[in-house]
Amino acid sequence: MKAIEPWVGVPLQTFLDDSNARLTLLMTSAGQVIAQDGFTRSVDVMAASALGAGIIASLDALADVMGTGPFSAVLHQGSRQSLYLRAFETPRGRWIGLVVFGTETSAGLVQVFFRDLAERIAAAAPANGTMAAPLAATFEHELNASLRSLFGR
Amino acid sequence: MNAYRELLDRVVQVRGMRAAMLVSEDDGLVVAEALSEGVDGASVAALAASLTLRIRRAAASAGFAAPAVVQLRAERGALLTVQAGDGLLVVAIADRETNLGLARLELREAASRLVG
Repeated sequence: MKAIEPWVGVPLQTFLDDSNARLTLLMTSAGQVIAQDGFTRSVDVMAASALGAGIIASLDALADVMGTGPFSAVLHQGSRQSLYLRAFETPRGRWIGLVVFGTETSAGLVQVFFRDLAERIAAAAPANGTMAAPLAATFEHELNASLRSLFGR
Repeated sequence: MNAYRELLDRVVQVRGMRAAMLVSEDDGLVVAEALSEGVDGASVAALAASLTLRIRRAAASAGFAAPAVVQLRAERGALLTVQAGDGLLVVAIADRETNLGLARLELREAASRLVG
């Protein structure tokens, strides 16, 4: 497990221990990566964070069109692996969690333990404001710095 | 869905029953529920389904038949799960005053109606 925000480490490790998730990615709603576990290639993290943030943004837009209020989670159940994507509020802004899990756990357990993770992150977050969305001019630099932190290269 | 709810309502009519749920066995998600205030149905469903699955695996490994009823007694109450066919479980939470024999009968009755 690697986290750019060190205070995320303890709650995330608890989630990993409890849930048996295979892959976990925490990101901001702008797609900035906060922490990851299970990914071995930085290109996969980049793709997953961009797609995850895009799916949540699409859901928000769809909810606006339908007038239903925000959808907060997506659960895609496959035969061998499933995906759970959930947006949640933190004192540092809206974050997104992407979890891939297999038959060694269940959708119910992942949802329950992810709810606990969101609560623990909200409680542990330092009270120093929301994270700034990346500017286009600094995006690549910040992305590379994040990936170096997450993969150590 | 109303039929499921009626079955669960009958289970929670047993004195001391705090919750009855129909739970998908594989994913631990709630299909239908009749809950008292303060019961976290999603958590109970997920953990009870996981527990039942592990107990069933343990029983199979030991060469036993699958348990018809799983009953977990604690200081202040009990958790009961009964297989209901089609990958479903009936899960109930009882307090310590509950007649667990009667509760098991009602759960098995509900499960057999679901299978039938």
